[in-house]
Amino acid sequence: MAKSKAISRYNRRVIVLSLIYAATLILAVYGFKNQLLSGPIAWIAGILPALPIIGILVVIGRYLTEETDEYLRDMMVRQALIATGFALSISTAWGFLENFGLVPHVYAYYAIVLWFAGLGVGTCVNRFQASRGEP
Amino acid sequence: MKNRLKVLRAERDWSQGDLADRLEVSRQSVNAIETGRYDPSLPLAFKIAELFELSIEDIFTSPSRETMQ
Repeated sequence: MAKSKAISRYNRRVIVLSLIYAATLILAVYGFKNQLLSGPIAWIAGILPALPIIGILVVIGRYLTEETDEYLRDMMVRQALIATGFALSISTAWGFLENFGLVPHVYAYYAIVLWFAGLGVGTCVNRFQASRGEP
Repeated sequence: MKNRLKVLRAERDWSQGDLADRLEVSRQSVNAIETGRYDPSLPLAFKIAELFELSIEDIFTSPSRETMQ
């Protein structure tokens, strides 16, 4: 069996949402930079880039329900757990350091950046364990 | 979990990909099960057993018996 159908759907959805994210971010930045937005429109434009990112989380959830290959599903669950631990650990440590004035403030949306980076860490862990013949 | 999947597959001259196609799973799944890195669910274990026309115990070694050996 080649690549699972669920993975193909997952990849396609992530690419579409990434393009939507890029478009909404460019529009929002342009709008705010040129002071074209105010009132409720500013709120809507401000939240727009977050929506495709939230959509990617939904896509990951859908992948887990649509994937019929239990081993691949298991690998993705482990990847997501590693990503969650990775993002929450760094966010927690950074929060305390920031609280004591030791590091600069960072925007809260970096949590999702860390989580996506954590998915990459999860992929490496899965491959490393597979290469060592470990479960 | 130890198993005889590799032997059974070799007897039929099937590649991991051939077995994966017959089980409707990925080649990675077959590899992970064969090498004991992943224990299949009961439905998948039954599917494997039915494909080889054997019982589950004929293919997979019970982990409790494994420790007794």
